[in-house]
Amino acid sequence: METERAGEVPVLSEPNIVASRQLVRTLCQRLNFSLVDQTKMITAASELSRNTLIHGGGGRMRWELVEREGRQGLQLHFEDEGPGIADLKLALTDGWTSGSGMGLGLPGSRRLVSDFQIDSAPGQGTRVSITKWK
Amino acid sequence: MERIPILRMGKTLLVTIQVDMQDQTALALQDDLADKIARSGATGVMIDISALEIVDSFVGRMLTSISSIARILSATTVVVGMQPAVAITLIELGLSLEGVRTALNVERGMELLRKARQESHLGN
Repeated sequence: METERAGEVPVLSEPNIVASRQLVRTLCQRLNFSLVDQTKMITAASELSRNTLIHGGGGRMRWELVEREGRQGLQLHFEDEGPGIADLKLALTDGWTSGSGMGLGLPGSRRLVSDFQIDSAPGQGTRVSITKWK
Repeated sequence: MERIPILRMGKTLLVTIQVDMQDQTALALQDDLADKIARSGATGVMIDISALEIVDSFVGRMLTSISSIARILSATTVVVGMQPAVAITLIELGLSLEGVRTALNVERGMELLRKARQESHLGN
């Protein structure tokens, strides 16, 4: 992994969530992120991988080291083939929850990263991409 | 699944979270603490999270629940040692840990518990 620029890990169980957090930590350190940026990125990854497992019925986290205008960044993609989200605007509202959570996962993670993209529709799974630039 | 050990020091239960917890581990800690407060008659709970690199919404919710459960069982909870980067991230995530008492370190946490005991005349 020390020289790889991209990869993929499964998000199919709780131990996988722990592993995805640890992978993101390693990647942030490789990019020399500040401690606050690293903490934010790991926290966002934790929220989103839990969403992938709980709401998406499991899926994967893909990662890539990206570059834009000389800046390095870490991009993560959380992908599942679950039921999808009917109302994206609602799902991105603070406090709205489909289950027993607090409804902070999506809107909260969005605040923790530089770029946030979500693509989902009923029956078509959910794909969330986040990027943190150094 | 690992379980987080709970130590007892007089009327205080002490928990030091040193591992990156699975959600089930966090839930088990909540149950174990409630059980131990009721059985031991502890009036204080101190949770040291100085080794935690992140607190996400799940762990944040667990800390809030433990505080509420302990309060109903007449014990005061104090969360100590949160790292500054974790505090910054929590607030941006949207969690304010309402109802959770915090202290900078173990020493100040002990002081807070001692004062809480005096206030409620529960003795030491």
